[in-house]
Amino acid sequence: MTLLLVLVGGFVGAPLRYVIDQHVRSRQGSAMPWGTLTVNVLGSLVLGAVVGASTAAGWPSWVATLVGTGFCGALTTFSTFGFETVRLVEDGAVGSALVNVVASLAAGLLAAFGGWAAAAALVTAVS
Amino acid sequence: MSHPPRRDGPVLLTIGAGGALGSAARWALAHVAPSAPGHVPWATFGVNVSGCLALGVLMVLVVDVWPPRRFVRPFLGVGVLGGYTTFSTYALETRSLLVDGRPGLAAAYLLGSLLAGLLAVWVALTLTRALVVRTRRAHRRHRGDGA
Repeated sequence: MTLLLVLVGGFVGAPLRYVIDQHVRSRQGSAMPWGTLTVNVLGSLVLGAVVGASTAAGWPSWVATLVGTGFCGALTTFSTFGFETVRLVEDGAVGSALVNVVASLAAGLLAAFGGWAAAAALVTAVS
Repeated sequence: MSHPPRRDGPVLLTIGAGGALGSAARWALAHVAPSAPGHVPWATFGVNVSGCLALGVLMVLVVDVWPPRRFVRPFLGVGVLGGYTTFSTYALETRSLLVDGRPGLAAAYLLGSLLAGLLAVWVALTLTRALVVRTRRAHRRHRGDGA
C-alpha cells in the first residue's frame, strides 16, 4: 500500500518537474538553470507544508507518503541540480554556478522553514 | 527559446513511469536504512550522491555514445534519476537537524551532500569521457590492424 502511494506520487511529480522546467526555460535565455531551481524551491515549500501540517494536525501518515515521499521527492531533483552546476563550471561560468548553489540552498531551506511554519500556523488557527 | 514547450503525451508518460520507479527505489532505501532524529540522514545522502554519479555517466552516454533515442533520456535521466534523487527531503532534513539543535551537523549535511554530489558528477563525467575516448581509440586501432 505504501509502495503504491510512492509510485503514484512519483508518477505525477516527475512529469510535472519536466513541464515546469520546459516552461521556465522557454521564458528565459540565460545560462542559469532557473527551471530546476524553481521546482526544487517549490517542492521544498510543499514538503515543508505537508510535513508541518501533518505534525500539527496529526494527519494520517499516508498523506506524507503520497505527497511528500512520492510527489515532492519526484518533483525535486538533486542529480540535475548537481549536473547543471558542474556543467556551468565546465563552461567557465563559475559565477553562475556559485549563484545557482547559494540560491538553491538558501531558497530551498527558507521554503522548507516557511512552508512548515505557515502550515502549522494555519492548522492551529483553524482548529 | 521563445516558443512555448510542446505537450508530448508519450514523453510525459515515459517520465512518469521512470519517476515512479526512481521514487520507489529511494523509498525502499530509506525503508532499509531509516535515519534517527538528530543524526545524519545517510539514506538521502547515499541516494543523492549515487544519483549524481549515475546521471554523470548517463549524460556522456546519451550525448556522446548512444544513437539519438526519443525516450532514453526522458525515462532514465528525467524520470528514474530525477525521481530517485530529491532536493526537498534534503532541505527538510537540514531543517530538522537545525530545529533539533544540531547546527553543526546540519551545516555538515547541507555542505557535505553538495560537495559529494558535485564531486560525483565531475568524477562520473571525467571517467566516462576518458573511457569513451580509450574505447574509440582501441576500436580504430583494431580496424587499422585488420585492413
